[in-house]
Amino acid sequence: MSEEEALLSVRDLKKHFAVSGGIFSREVDRVYAVDGVSFDIAAGETLGLVGESGCGKSTTGRCILRLIEPSSGEVWFKGTDVRKMGGTALRALRRDMQIIFQDPYASLNPRLTVGAIVGEALTIHNLAKSRREHEERVVQLLETVGLQPDHLRRFPHEFSGGQRQRIGIARALAVEPKLIVCDEPVSALDVSIQAQVINLLEDLQEKFGLTYLFIAHDLSVVEHISTRIAVMYLGRVVEIAPSRELYDTPLHPYSEALLSAVPIPDPTVKRQRIMLQGDVPNPIRPPSGCHFHTRCPIAKPDCATRVPELRESKPGHWVSCHYRG
Amino acid sequence: MAGSTPVSLSADAAAPAAAQPRKSRPTTPAGEAWRRFRHHRLAVASAVILLALFAIVALGPFLWPVPINEIDFSAKLQGPSWAHPLGTDDLGQDLLARLIYGGRISLAVGLAAMIVAVVVGILVGAISGMASGRVDAVLMWVTDLFLSLPLLPLLLLLTYLFRDSVKSVLGPEGGAFVLIVVVIGGLRWMQVARLVRAQFLSLREKEFVEAARALGASKPRLVLHHILPNALGPVIVAGTIDVAAAIIAESTLSFLGLGFPSDIPTWGSVLRDAKDYLDIAPHWVLFPGAAIFLAVITINFIGDGLRDALDPRRVL
Repeated sequence: MSEEEALLSVRDLKKHFAVSGGIFSREVDRVYAVDGVSFDIAAGETLGLVGESGCGKSTTGRCILRLIEPSSGEVWFKGTDVRKMGGTALRALRRDMQIIFQDPYASLNPRLTVGAIVGEALTIHNLAKSRREHEERVVQLLETVGLQPDHLRRFPHEFSGGQRQRIGIARALAVEPKLIVCDEPVSALDVSIQAQVINLLEDLQEKFGLTYLFIAHDLSVVEHISTRIAVMYLGRVVEIAPSRELYDTPLHPYSEALLSAVPIPDPTVKRQRIMLQGDVPNPIRPPSGCHFHTRCPIAKPDCATRVPELRESKPGHWVSCHYRG
Repeated sequence: MAGSTPVSLSADAAAPAAAQPRKSRPTTPAGEAWRRFRHHRLAVASAVILLALFAIVALGPFLWPVPINEIDFSAKLQGPSWAHPLGTDDLGQDLLARLIYGGRISLAVGLAAMIVAVVVGILVGAISGMASGRVDAVLMWVTDLFLSLPLLPLLLLLTYLFRDSVKSVLGPEGGAFVLIVVVIGGLRWMQVARLVRAQFLSLREKEFVEAARALGASKPRLVLHHILPNALGPVIVAGTIDVAAAIIAESTLSFLGLGFPSDIPTWGSVLRDAKDYLDIAPHWVLFPGAAIFLAVITINFIGDGLRDALDPRRVL
C-alpha cells in the first residue's frame, strides 16, 4: 500500500525498556519489546495484530498513541509524524486516536459515575457548550453503545464486564476519533458477550467510518473482524496479509504453526497440528538473525546470522522469511 | 477488596434490566456520600458525640459561666457535686470549666495539626509518586530522615528553641498554639507521604489513568480526578489517627511543661496536674482522660465511616 492512502503508517518502530539493577541502578539490560515494526492501515479498514503474549502487541498500540514514548522509528498519522508532536498537536491527536482496553474492570475509574467517565473527554476538549448539551451528548453516546440513559448516574462496579466494556467504548467515541486501537477488547469477556461486543464494534465502524487496529491473541476473533492481519513474533512483524489469504495460505512458518492451533468446530475434521519446540525466547536477549530461527522447523544455518526483511511476496502479502514466499 | 461485588459476566447489556432497580438515588456525589455514611452506625453515633463535644466546648462558657481560675481552698479535691459537676482540683478550681476551656485548645490543636500533617504528606507523596527518578529519591530520603528522628526529644528541642520568639509575635497562647501545631504536624506527615506515594505509584499505571491520558487529560487533572481520589482511603484513616496522636502529643508536651503556659488548662495539662492525686482524687484524672478517649475514638470511627462512604465500590 502506498503511504498516501494510509491513515496510519508505522515505520521501523522500536521500544526498548531499560532494565536497571546493581547498586547504582545502571542499565544492565534491555527488553526489546518492539524491535522494528512497520505497517500501514488504510482509512476504514481493520488491521488485526496477533501474536503470543509478550510479543509486543500492546506496546506497539500504546507507542502509536504515545502513551508509551517509542525509542525510535516513525508513526505517521494523516501525514504528520506523531513522534514529533508537542503539546497542542498532541492534544489534537487525542481527538483523532483513541484506545479501548482489555480489562473492563481496571479501565474505568471506580470513583467516577458513568456519566463523568464518558463525559470527561467533552470537558477536556470543550466539546459541549452548556451542561445541558454535555448531558445530552453523554446520553447519546450511552445509547450508541447500547446502554440506558439512566445508567449515567451509576458507578462502574454496578455493571457487568460486557456493559463495562461498552462504557469504555462510549468513552473512546466521545471525541469522535478516526482511529481506535482496540487492545484485546474482548479477551476478558465471556464467549457469548464477546460476540456482542465484536458486533457492536463492527456496527460502530460502519456508522462512524472508524479505522481499527485490533490487537488480539484469539485468531478466530481476529479473522472475523479484520480486513488484514499482521502476525508478530518477539517484537517484529513476520507476516502481513489480507485476512482470508493469511488463513488459507500462510507463508511464514510461525503463522502456519499459530493457525494450526485454531480449533475447528467440527469433530470429524482431523488436522495436523504443528507443535513448535521450546518456549518463546527471552526478549532481553532475543536470538540473532531471524528471531524465530531457534524454533523454526525449516531453519537453515544462515537464519541465525541474516535478519530477514519484510518483503512483498504476492501483492498485498508481506512476509519476513528467507525461505518462504 | 471485601466490599466489591463484580456482577456476573453473563448478565449483560442484552437484558437492559441487568442492574437491579433502585429507589430514588441522590443525584450529587455529596448526597450519595452522605447516604452511604449514614449506613455506618458507629460513625454516625461518633459524629453525634463529637459534634456534642464541639458544641459543649464552643458554648460551654455560656452554659457554665464559672471562671477557670477561681481558687477556693475550702472546696479542694472534691468529687462531683451539684456545685462542681466534675469535681475540683487541688486548688479548688472547677474542673468542668477547666475541661471545657481545655477542650477548645486540645480539639483545635488536634484538628489543625492533622490538617498540617495531611496536607504536607499529600504534597510530598504526590510529587514523589508522580515525579519518580531523582526527585522521588530525594523526597523519600528526606521522609526517611524525618521518620528516623526521635519525635519527643525533637519536639522538646524545637519548642525550647522557638518558644520565646514565636510568643513574642503571637502572644503566649497563640504562640504556643502555632508552635505546637507546626511542630506536631511537621513531624507526623511522613506516614501520609509514604502512603500517598505508594498509592500513586500503583494507581498511575492503572488502565483508567492511561485512558484519561489517551483522552488528553493534563497532569493536574490526572492527579486531582483520577489518582488522588482513589488514594484517599488510607489517607483519611491515617489522618484521623493523626488527630488522636496530636491531642496526645499536646498532652505530652503539656505534661512536660513545654506546651501552653501552665495556668492555661488543656486536657493534657489537667491530666498532668492530676497524676499525683490519683489515689485521693481519681475523678480528677478520669474526666480529662475520658474526654481525650472520647475525642480520639469518635474521630477514628468517623474516619472509618468516611473512608467507606467515599468508596463507591463498597456496597452500602
